Amino acid sequence: MKLRTVLLSAVAALALAPVAQAERGSDGHVNIIYWQAPSTMNPYLSGGTKELEAGSLVLEPLARYDQDGNMVPWLAESIPTTENGGVSADLTTITWKLKPGLKWADGSPVTSKDVVFSWKYCTHPEGGCAQSEKYNDVSSVEALDDLTVKVTFGISKPFPYGPFVGAQSPIIQAAQFADCLGAKAPECTEANFNPIGTGPFVVSEFRPNDVISLKANENYRDPAKPAFATATLKGGGDAAAAGRSVLETGEFDYAWNLQLAPDVLANMQAAGKGKVISAFGTLVERIMINLTNPDAALGEERGTKKHPHPFLTDMNVRKALSLAIDRKLLVEIGYGDAGRPSCNVLPAPEIYKSTANDGCLKQDVEAAKKLLDDAGWKAGADGVRAKDGVRLSILYQTSTNAVRQDFQALIKQWWGEIGIETELRNIDASVFFGSDPGSADTFQKFFADVEMYANNFDGTDPESYMSNWSCKQAPSPETQWQGNNMPRYCSEEYDALVAEMAKTGDLKERARLAKAMNDKLMQEYIMIPLVDRGRVSAHSNTLGGVVLNTWDSELWNVADWHRMK
Amino acid sequence: MTDRVQTGFEETRAARSQWHDVWDQFKTHRGALLGMGFFVFVLVAAFLGPYVWLIDAQYIDIRARNQGPSLAHPLGTDQLGRDTLARLFAGGQVSLAVGITAMALALSLGTLIGVIAGYFKRLDGALMRFTDLFLALPLLPLLLVIIMLFRDTLRTAFGPETGIFILIVFVIGITSWMQTARIVRGDVLALKERDFVIASRSIGTPPHRMISRHILPNVLSPIMVSATLGIANAIITESALSFLGLGFPSDFPTWGRLLFDSTDHLQQYPERVLWPGLAISLTVLSVNYIGDGLRDALDPRIRGR
Repeated sequence: MKLRTVLLSAVAALALAPVAQAERGSDGHVNIIYWQAPSTMNPYLSGGTKELEAGSLVLEPLARYDQDGNMVPWLAESIPTTENGGVSADLTTITWKLKPGLKWADGSPVTSKDVVFSWKYCTHPEGGCAQSEKYNDVSSVEALDDLTVKVTFGISKPFPYGPFVGAQSPIIQAAQFADCLGAKAPECTEANFNPIGTGPFVVSEFRPNDVISLKANENYRDPAKPAFATATLKGGGDAAAAGRSVLETGEFDYAWNLQLAPDVLANMQAAGKGKVISAFGTLVERIMINLTNPDAALGEERGTKKHPHPFLTDMNVRKALSLAIDRKLLVEIGYGDAGRPSCNVLPAPEIYKSTANDGCLKQDVEAAKKLLDDAGWKAGADGVRAKDGVRLSILYQTSTNAVRQDFQALIKQWWGEIGIETELRNIDASVFFGSDPGSADTFQKFFADVEMYANNFDGTDPESYMSNWSCKQAPSPETQWQGNNMPRYCSEEYDALVAEMAKTGDLKERARLAKAMNDKLMQEYIMIPLVDRGRVSAHSNTLGGVVLNTWDSELWNVADWHRMK
Repeated sequence: MTDRVQTGFEETRAARSQWHDVWDQFKTHRGALLGMGFFVFVLVAAFLGPYVWLIDAQYIDIRARNQGPSLAHPLGTDQLGRDTLARLFAGGQVSLAVGITAMALALSLGTLIGVIAGYFKRLDGALMRFTDLFLALPLLPLLLVIIMLFRDTLRTAFGPETGIFILIVFVIGITSWMQTARIVRGDVLALKERDFVIASRSIGTPPHRMISRHILPNVLSPIMVSATLGIANAIITESALSFLGLGFPSDFPTWGRLLFDSTDHLQQYPERVLWPGLAISLTVLSVNYIGDGLRDALDPRIRGR
């Protein structure tokens, strides 16, 4: 009898286990560590990533980006597009519809008035809203009914997904923040520290620059989530200590942004308590090629379009430079899990990623040599190729950084193998990236033959990023050496693509244009992409459901996190 | 030899040069002797080593990276698989060459200005204010300006490595002569009032002869000491410049650059910091000991005691 009871209850427990896992608050407590401590829960009052991410536990936008950079409806029913009529044909309005039955954590209903209020809060003329650029060009936001919001732009906006999308512009409760508009915004400490949200958690105690204690939101829209009853977000320390607390000691379940050397992380992971995860955004380490002559003898006109480069204007040379590089090895040495070889200057989001250039992943020294031979560059007595008295001798500059200097040394050797002489130069990062028109060593002036640095773009829309390489963006004395077109590339076809994208609203068409621009730059070897650099975080082996996302808050899907049994 | 022994005692004394005495005194300073031995060893190793150890200091063998000591690489390899021993030799050549040349430049400048200031009263004020001016110059901004102004011209004229070598030697030279000048001036001022100088002046010795015959030999001792200190100082300054990325190209090994590159790997491969660090500190220490020994040996009042 007794044995039967035990067995029966065991069976019952087994049968109940999957149910129990899907119940709100059944998995106890989760510990999250951010080695930079959040100072507020209100993302509108801080530009810092840490505050955005902490706030995303509580406050939610209408739509988010998933791990591939695609938009997913969050508080909205669906993503408005020109096809479903949500975006007007002239690209000046976008109409969002809220999911029905949404409740704030205090039980009151979420309405379109809250959405309108969020816009008013951030664009108040007296208030310094950190995310106001998200609301650029918005002329009005109206509530058409309780669940419908119409955003009108002052200009035609091909990409109208700035307002209310992503962790930077969530919806806040009108009732709670009604008295906190404009200059009074920072004074509403209670509201800023304990905002009433729609997210999976509510703040139970907020200690600025230290620890945030949270508990599950009773009114969260999915009754089975979140799996954790309570959560702690601890701030402070450094990346190494945070990594150790998850990977080596297991005190914490999740650690954010671990920028550590690959072998250091590998050593920590060897302890077996957790896993290093990485996700990739748009940051690409690349070599820019100067199409103009940087010779100091040209004086004021050096590095301008008046003087084309003596040999880098030959595409065969540029292609040979790219062929000689082993990108996989560079990743292995410099970034480990935090990098992957890249053949595109626009590596993400997924819909913009071209696959036309993947041949570059393979190093091919012989092909590079043959290419140069066929183009008439013959090796001289010193092993350096030359044609018509022009020697293939390159000055290669970058900022001072241990990984970059290792890259330089390796690439110099590879280029040496194909008969190209390289001189290395490294410049202090604050000077190199300093944009000071008085300094000759900035990356804009580019008084070298090739230079290496990393760049990315904010958000998911590549329009302004891709327009960096239009003719008018070339730095020159006339523009006080400002501009983003470091190679001084100038092509009418490319400029036409840029102009076309500025008036195209359809996402698929925009993706096609962006890919075409990327392919044009890659296939003409105007720049040589090397490494796609990602973000690295770590979670314990017992924490499930983590999907690292570089386009939105890393905690974007915290409602799905659960304890692995 | 036998002739010599047979000649009278007095004559032998007379034939002995001053340098013999100096050497005798120097020999009694154990530290100086050891330092001298080590310095010669470092010089020989750095300049003859590459003829024995044939691996190219800049050759990257990526499969052999991060290796410990082995027969193929007695001191191991760095994070790109370059041979540490070969890099130490190559780095030593540059660091020592920079040290010695920059010291020579600083010394001649310092001595010239010191002697002139001390000997010719009319020039004293101006020259010493000039020295003050240089002492007050902030070194780093000055370096930045000089490198920005002259790097490209020197690079085209002499090539990247020689160009930077000239620039660095020049920069270190013109920013470290002031102490020598001050010390020399002080000694010259004191010497000038001594009886033998006044005596020779009374028989009409012209200033240039006075300086070369009477003043300079007597201020040799402080000059020698600041020379040795100058070498040490120049090696350290070159290391610091490499640290800031202002020195030689990043793949061109110098001791300072080797040290800088290894700091990132301090935890895993401490020996990589050890070798260049040891080379710098032991060389500087040995040079300082030589200086100490020379000071004693060159001072006739101490000599023979």
